[in-house]
Amino acid sequence: MGVHDPILTAITVRGDHPAVIEPSGKTLSYGRLGEVSAALRDRLAAIGVTRGDRVGIMLRKSADSVASILGVLRAGAGYVPTDPGAPPSRAAYIFSHCAVKAVIVEQRFVEALSAELAKAGAAPTLIITDGIGGAEPLHARLRDLQAASPAPAVPDVSTSDPDLAYILYTSGSTGRPKGVTLTHQNARTFVEWCTEAFSPRPDDRFSAHAPFHFDLSILDIFVSLTHGATLMVIDEDLGKEPLALAAYIASARISIWYSAPSILSLLAQRGRLGEHDYSALRTVLFAGEVFPVVHLRSLQKQWPRPRYYNLYGPTETNVCTFLEVPGLIPDDRTEPYPIGKVCSHLRGLVADEDGKPLPADAEGELCITGPGVMTGYWAQPDLTAKAFITTPDGTRWYRTGDIVSLDGNADYRYLGRRDRMIKKRGYRVELGEIEACLYRHPDVKEAAVVALPDDALGQRVVAHLGTASGQRLSLIKLKQFCAENLPVYMVPDAFAFHAALPKTSTGKTDYQTLKAQSAAPAAGAPA
Amino acid sequence: MSTPTDITGTVKDFILREFLPGEDASQLEVSTPMMTTGILDSIATLKLVSFLEDTFKITIEAHEADREHLNTLADIEQLVKSKQK
Repeated sequence: MGVHDPILTAITVRGDHPAVIEPSGKTLSYGRLGEVSAALRDRLAAIGVTRGDRVGIMLRKSADSVASILGVLRAGAGYVPTDPGAPPSRAAYIFSHCAVKAVIVEQRFVEALSAELAKAGAAPTLIITDGIGGAEPLHARLRDLQAASPAPAVPDVSTSDPDLAYILYTSGSTGRPKGVTLTHQNARTFVEWCTEAFSPRPDDRFSAHAPFHFDLSILDIFVSLTHGATLMVIDEDLGKEPLALAAYIASARISIWYSAPSILSLLAQRGRLGEHDYSALRTVLFAGEVFPVVHLRSLQKQWPRPRYYNLYGPTETNVCTFLEVPGLIPDDRTEPYPIGKVCSHLRGLVADEDGKPLPADAEGELCITGPGVMTGYWAQPDLTAKAFITTPDGTRWYRTGDIVSLDGNADYRYLGRRDRMIKKRGYRVELGEIEACLYRHPDVKEAAVVALPDDALGQRVVAHLGTASGQRLSLIKLKQFCAENLPVYMVPDAFAFHAALPKTSTGKTDYQTLKAQSAAPAAGAPA
Repeated sequence: MSTPTDITGTVKDFILREFLPGEDASQLEVSTPMMTTGILDSIATLKLVSFLEDTFKITIEAHEADREHLNTLADIEQLVKSKQK
């Protein structure tokens, strides 16, 4: 069964209900979503797109992009979303790498994209829309094409478990992005788990805060539409502005929120949440990075009603562990919450540095198996082989790269990235642990720690801080604070101060940029 | 021959310049612990020892380059003074 099949049912039974609402108020009903996606399906079929093909999407987040995703799936193809804000060379690389047959793209991106596609030697058919908004520009374009050269109506291509549903390109730590390839079974079993865990209802209103090229969007789009609920698109401008966003969440009556913790921290600090009515909000989900407890506690005090869940998982598995955060966080708690238990459709084990399974209660790398786990990286068999271990019973386990241990409640605690574990003077140093310590400092609002090879020190550890006051802090006091909370070999060698830490397009702390900044000679000096 | 105040002031300037760029000088007091807080790590300690030896024309033994002798500005002044006698 295709991941989108339940959406086709919702289209037939809830035709008048809003499927997607944009911040402007423009609304796409389920009936219209069915119409536009069917027109796109027919157009793609006429171009020659068939089952298993790839179709690129380069649209700003909108009802148009939702309708495009559904149209591509109905044509039997997998969709390949890209970040329209990223350099066009990146989109062109992605589209040529997985050889998309067609791209649905906004007019404003066409010139730059075409130039880059030509350089890459790729020539997919472009379906060009004049902007976005309520899926009207996409619909209009498809009608024009239909008038010029009619595409016969074709039935939905029936898809089964192993068929491609989408490819999400994530940045490799070095070099080119890699295409995480996910099937209908991967997506469907994840959506089914979400249904079991969060009991979505047709009257729910889901936030769509994450960009559509980011895996958080899978929950937003597919869980909401599967249940005939409404997807509330939060565009990039609104998504970054805490005051406006806080007002929108209330006025749009959003009931299920899902995002990275960073925007929730901003809302808690600067959203003036007390001024609005959040009685509709019943579930708050967060994933993607550690939520500093100080901000989570502040958020819960301002939003006492919803249930809070910490979701964890790399794009390769989507969510693979989760934990419901208790309603009241004790004032003296500083340690972040665990990532919890493995989701019911998956299984986990911990492995040592060589990928050998360890006893369940040992500290090691979390590995995941089950129907939600990707098949591999598109056209990169070597990278794929390295990403998995195989146990003697023949089971393939995806190596998350994250180090975990079990706590007393049998919940996994996240200890840090395998590749963020460094050796300094022979000691194993987990950079995340230094960050956790810095977050306990009352004047620290944001902390990110990076390590760079250093001739004298072996590894030079640089802490990048955003402070509550916006002022730089005393280096001596900071070092003393760290030394009271950490072994002295873990005290950062240098500190740099920022108004705000740089973020990636998906709202996570941008460690690559911070590393580049740390390499500059005066990293201990004011930034 | 350096007076006690000169010793502390000279060493303090050196530590602020070398290891605490941008720091407010008033934060570094004569009693501020430096080796036990990571302000002076092993590399910094080596640099400090060479600086003390060159500046005050003294010799510091390897076993003296520890937190007992170099942890605070007061400790350092005492060590330098004992060598100059």
